[in-house]
Order: sequence, then structure tokens, then C-alpha cells
Amino acid sequence: MPSLKEVKTKIDGVKKTSQITKAMNMVASAKLRGAQDKMEAFRPYTAKFNEAMGTMSGNMDASAFPLMEKREVKTVELVLVTSDRGLCGSFNANINVMAEKMMQKFEDEGKKVSIVCVGKKGNQYFQKTGKVRKAYTDIMGTFQMFNARAIAQDVAEQFLAGETDEVHLISASFKSVAVQKPIAENLLPVQPESSEGSESTEGEGGGVDYIYEPSPNEIMDVLLPLYMNVMVYHSMLEVGASEHAARMTAMDNATNACNDIVDELTTIYNKARQAAITGDLMDIVGGAEALKG
Amino acid sequence: MAESIQLEVVTPAGAVVSESVDIVTAPGIGGEFGVLANHAPFLSTLKIGSLAYKQGGSETHLMVSGGFCEVSNNKITFLVEAAEKGDEIDVDRAMKAKERAEKRLLEAKSQKEKINMVRAEAAMQRALARIKVAQSK
Repeated sequence: MPSLKEVKTKIDGVKKTSQITKAMNMVASAKLRGAQDKMEAFRPYTAKFNEAMGTMSGNMDASAFPLMEKREVKTVELVLVTSDRGLCGSFNANINVMAEKMMQKFEDEGKKVSIVCVGKKGNQYFQKTGKVRKAYTDIMGTFQMFNARAIAQDVAEQFLAGETDEVHLISASFKSVAVQKPIAENLLPVQPESSEGSESTEGEGGGVDYIYEPSPNEIMDVLLPLYMNVMVYHSMLEVGASEHAARMTAMDNATNACNDIVDELTTIYNKARQAAITGDLMDIVGGAEALKG
Repeated sequence: MAESIQLEVVTPAGAVVSESVDIVTAPGIGGEFGVLANHAPFLSTLKIGSLAYKQGGSETHLMVSGGFCEVSNNKITFLVEAAEKGDEIDVDRAMKAKERAEKRLLEAKSQKEKINMVRAEAAMQRALARIKVAQSK
């Protein structure tokens, strides 16, 4: 039987922990709201953008653009978007495991793999493999377009220089507060969703004849890098929202676990207290008996 | 009453303008252009500059940077990285930014750093566009 004081200290400790996890849960839910608002706000932009891309690519010859060029794949780059902070359950681990599996697959096919890490957790996981080409950390808290642009530009430069032949974006998709799934998307070469885009333009009778200023090709040269910005920014937002949602759930579980432990410990504490009282009573009764005798 | 055209300005941070207007003047890459109702389908990339639209008697100016615009079905959509209305712009800050950019531009020129020069030039253009928009409100 542990001593009364020991149990008491433990109960206090667990209670303090539950205070922290509860606070983290509330902070995460507040931040989740912010991140979700940002996602909502970004949605019209992506929708319009994809619409325009569809229109353009329907009338475009993909081979004219270096960013759309399909080459024999020798080196693959994975852009891995994770969160900067932990304590959010298996969220980052899921993304990392997915990235690792993809890496394994590409290496089995004899391709070279390099990684660009966005967010600290992915970097920590892959650092010792020595495959991390670049890491962008501490940028997940503030969702800034220019961060996404810097990443997209760097990745595009590598691709154009022929250092990489294919780029995949691995991040999470925010389905709901309870469900976040890791996903992989193609980033480069750019493959616009031709199914939707080209059909709709054909449907309108051979496509609307746009007046392009400057030439369609020059517009495409501007649009393609923008498209990459949009993709990267979008996945940063999704990962941000998913991170907070995952943390909310994790911290809620932790708080519940804390409460369970406190209940258990309280039972032990009460039992120990009662045992002590019984012991004391027996002493007193024994002493009184002895005096009487 | 002239016919009107639907104007939408969308940035990554959300829609900034969604209004029915009489005329839109925008900073196209090949020079400023104006769009009236029932314009032919049109797609253009944009420079950093000032976007103006008139509705009834009132005119509104916006500072826009980096993006493109699409006209179709009597609707003009601007997809830009940033858009600020004249009265939201802090002129003092823009002035300071302009001075900073000027200084940096000189430094970059003397050291022949191409990347910094491009950056400083973009910062300069943004600052100038902001000042212009703020003063023409």
C-alpha cells in the first residue's frame, strides 16, 4: 500500500496535467476556427483559378511549357507538408509514414528521391536519412502566401534545371474535425484536370474564343507558377486546419484519461486513509484496554 | 441607365469586391484597359497597379498586385494576390516603403545582385501603386 502522501502528490500532478491538456484543447479549437475561416476564404480563389486553368489548358499544347514537360523519371522530389508542433496524436506520423512508403516505392523502382520538408515534424523524421534537400520550418502558424510562393519557386527551379523529373506533394486533407487523411498529389509536371476543363470548353461549341493579352503562351507562363503557389498554399492550409483538429481530439482524449486516473488514484487514496484510521483506532482501543487492566 | 457588368475581385484571403458596376479600368500587362458591359471574352495578366471601377457617380480605386483577370458572360473576375481599397491604405507606411525600396534598389544596383534588384523593384511598384490609389480616392 503506497503512503498517503505519495498518492496525494500523484493526484495533484495528474490534475495539473489535465489542466494543461484541457487548455490546449481549447486553444486548438480556437485556432481551428481561424484556420477553417482561412480555408473557406481561399476556396473561391481556388475554384475560379481552376476554372481559368481548365479554360486555358483546353486550348493549349502542353508540350510548349517546360513546367508541363513529361520526362523519363530518374529523380523524384517529395514536398512534405507537416505541422511544426507535436502533441496532435498520430497526425504527423500518418503523413510521414505515407511519405516513407512512397519513398520506398520510388527507390525500389531505381529512382532517386529527395525531400523538401515544410513544417518541423517532417524534417525531424527524415533528417537522419540525409535526403532532405531543404526544410522550411516555423512557417505553419502564420499562413502567408509568400511562404508558399518561395517554396513553389524553389521546387520549380529544381525541376526546370533538370534536377528533378517529378514532384509530389504530400500533405493532409481536412475532411472534418474528426477525420484527416494524408494525401499525395502530383505537383510537377503540371497536369491540369483536363477531364473537366477541356470538356466544358468543348461543350460550349469549340471553346469560347478568348482575346488573350498578351499571347496565350505568355499567360500560361504566368499561370503555371501561380498554379503551383495555389497548390502549395492550399495544402498548407489543409495541414494547418487538420493539425488543430487532430490536436483537439488528442487533447480531449488526454483530458479524459487524466480524469480516469484521478478517479482511480482517489479510490486508492481513500482506501489508504481508511486503513490508516482503522490502524489508529486499534492503537487507541488497545491502549485503553491496557490501562484498564 | 447604361448596362452594367458584374465585377468580382478575389484574393487568397477571400472575395474583396462583388458588385455590379458600370466600367472597370485595370492595369493589364500590355497597358491599362477598360471593360464595359457585354465585353467579348478576354483574358489578361495584370501588373501591379491601380484598378478602378465606377458605379453610378462614385468611383472606387483598388491597389492590386500579381494576378490575372478574366472576362466572360458579362462578368469580370480578378484573381489577384492582394487587393487593397484606397481608404485601407496607410500612406505614411507606403511612403516609407517607397524610400526603403529606393535605397535597396541603389544598393542592389551597385552590387549587381539581380534577385535583390527584382525584389526591390517589385516593392517599389507596390509602394507607388499604393500611394497612387490612396491619393485618388
